[in-house]
Amino acid sequence: MSTYAQKKGFGATIWDYLTTVDHKKIAILYLIAGGLFFVVGGLEAVFIRIQLAVPNNDFVSAGLFNEIITMHGTTMIFLAAMPLVFAFMNAVMPLQIGARDVAFPFVNALGFWLFFFGGVFLNLSWFFDGAPDAGWTSYASLAMASKGHGVDFYVLGLQISGLGTLIGGINFLVTIINMRAPGMTYMRMPLFTWTTFVTSALILFAFPPLTVGLVLMMFDRMFGSNFFVTTMGGNTVIWEHLFWIFGHPEVYILILPAFGIFSEIFPIFSRKRLFGYSSMVFATVLIGFLGFMVWAHHMFTTGLGPVANAIFAVATMAIGVPTGIKIFNWLLTIWGGSVKFTTPMHWALAFIPSFLAGGVTGVMLAAAAADYQYHDTYFVVAHFHYVIVGGVVFAIFAGTHLYWPKMFGTMLSETLGKITFWLFFIGFHMTFFIQHFLGLWGMPRRVFTYLPGQGFETSNLISSIGAAFMSLAVIVLLYNIIMTSVKNVKVGNDPWGDGRTLEWSLPSPPPFYNFKQLPLVRGLDAYWLEKMDGKKGMTPAEPLGDIHMPNSSILPFVIAFGLFVAAFGALFNMDDKAWSVPVLIIGLLITFGAMFLRSVKDDHGFHIHKEELIDDEDKGVKA
Amino acid sequence: MANSQLNSGNPRVDIEYRRKKSAEEMRHQVVSFALMIFLTLIAFAAVAIKGFSAWFIVPFILLLAVVQVIFQLYYFMHMSHKGHEAPSMFLYSGLLVGLVTVLAFSTIIWW
Repeated sequence: MSTYAQKKGFGATIWDYLTTVDHKKIAILYLIAGGLFFVVGGLEAVFIRIQLAVPNNDFVSAGLFNEIITMHGTTMIFLAAMPLVFAFMNAVMPLQIGARDVAFPFVNALGFWLFFFGGVFLNLSWFFDGAPDAGWTSYASLAMASKGHGVDFYVLGLQISGLGTLIGGINFLVTIINMRAPGMTYMRMPLFTWTTFVTSALILFAFPPLTVGLVLMMFDRMFGSNFFVTTMGGNTVIWEHLFWIFGHPEVYILILPAFGIFSEIFPIFSRKRLFGYSSMVFATVLIGFLGFMVWAHHMFTTGLGPVANAIFAVATMAIGVPTGIKIFNWLLTIWGGSVKFTTPMHWALAFIPSFLAGGVTGVMLAAAAADYQYHDTYFVVAHFHYVIVGGVVFAIFAGTHLYWPKMFGTMLSETLGKITFWLFFIGFHMTFFIQHFLGLWGMPRRVFTYLPGQGFETSNLISSIGAAFMSLAVIVLLYNIIMTSVKNVKVGNDPWGDGRTLEWSLPSPPPFYNFKQLPLVRGLDAYWLEKMDGKKGMTPAEPLGDIHMPNSSILPFVIAFGLFVAAFGALFNMDDKAWSVPVLIIGLLITFGAMFLRSVKDDHGFHIHKEELIDDEDKGVKA
Repeated sequence: MANSQLNSGNPRVDIEYRRKKSAEEMRHQVVSFALMIFLTLIAFAAVAIKGFSAWFIVPFILLLAVVQVIFQLYYFMHMSHKGHEAPSMFLYSGLLVGLVTVLAFSTIIWW
């Protein structure tokens, strides 16, 4: 026992995290890395708002502005929102289904490191003659003409981090299908697990089109092929289709886990089971399916023709139906509940009207004929910030406060949490509500400045002041995190007092093997059921026995690092640098060498023996 | 899976029943194997015999290929047995997503 309880030095802790295959530690890695990129993307947003605060501003040049908006979008979507969502999936989902880890712990670590190195590679573009500047959609007609290496960083960085996301998604799918505890049927899974499941399926189907698109662009830009070169018979519209076949499911990949987090928060703090559980599951799956049938609504003005536009418009509006089901279910969960206004509940309650506003403008944009007016104006910017910030970012803040005790064993300050909430809530609506009108008045998106006397000055200034509020909110949150960590007041299993699902039956943070004995699940909200029956914890489904655990490994880090090195070789190859090909080969050798080592070296893991699991106060219960 | 009990150590499993199940399984495999060979011969014949246009032969062979894939999945890879709900759901959703993409590309991009 003492071997696990040893106090570690700083270097040992770092090494522990570099080699970990434990889903809870990988969750923390995702949270830290995602949080870091969130701050970077947030800074870029602040620069955008400073530049646009007054007309004819020269805070940044036009070219730099393009780089900043591109990196803001790319960073926020791929490197902040997705990993933060992945952090909660990793931290909570295995606990919710009563599993000791994900199905492939090694692959889980590999997924994180691929994402991380991809993200670092993308951001290093700032230090090598310029970041990507063709927008986060990187439309081929623009991207092919982009000078410098920016777009190449985009292509290679996203390829590597996309690989990480894809294998992460497959891992979650296998985990949920195969590793549910005894009694945990599909229709007893908590809604966050359900949304993780559907999200992972979306990742599985959506990321291959992105991979294909990125490969085509990589060959066009680096190796002289002509997929998107119209003069050689290529077609740039193919990129738009490939990108949005990925890109539209991508926004559902972000919003579904957000729905999942809120579907956990409402029952906990209304102290009432989720209203219409089965219709929530149905709506989640339906949104997942419809998500693949609507991508062309991003391309109404491309000239697809009236028939295609009409089909995609109707399909898009259809998504409003399952989303509406969800909204009503959340409202009816709160209805008649005994509501506790905690920080997560603040975010959840604010989410409903904020997200709904984004949904309504979404239906407006779905009307193809009207979209010709809205297209490429600030109306679109306002719309997608309402759904992504009002949906996903609210959920990330809510989840951070809700699951912080489960991940770190300490409670974030509720007072500071509510200050964060109000600052962010006010700042968010101040920044983006006015942008609807800016769009309708004719301000185009992606412009680096505007002239005085067009009626845009006051609104843009208000918008920029709102951004300052949001920045303050993030600073308060960071202060909250630091203060909580310094005080280090440990909490018990169920710090919110009303936890319903399996994760709240475990200590905070859970032991590295999660469950000493796998729990027996007797229904939806398994832990709540036991509490209502007057029991202290879950009934075990198996006798106490040896637990098989995977060994830590540095190989995931090395595999990802090899691709990172190889990407530099591929990128500078087009400059005829003598060292580029050797670097490419060395990088690939590192990657494939590490993969080879993993394949030939048998790693059977280790067992925690029964005797080590029995401590003095807890003898373990016989099943 | 229907035949997983063949490996069970349970002595009370009806040996007669198991034998019958296996025989039935075997018959399905042989029948589908014979059909697959037959379909392959038809495919070759469609090309070899003069008089059919390419506009007939290509879709025809593709159709035969689809049938072969179904045989392969259901009889040789045991998808007809119980316990394959999740794989078949993912196969069909993947197919749906892929086909919608192909349909869109062939209708609104290239033609």
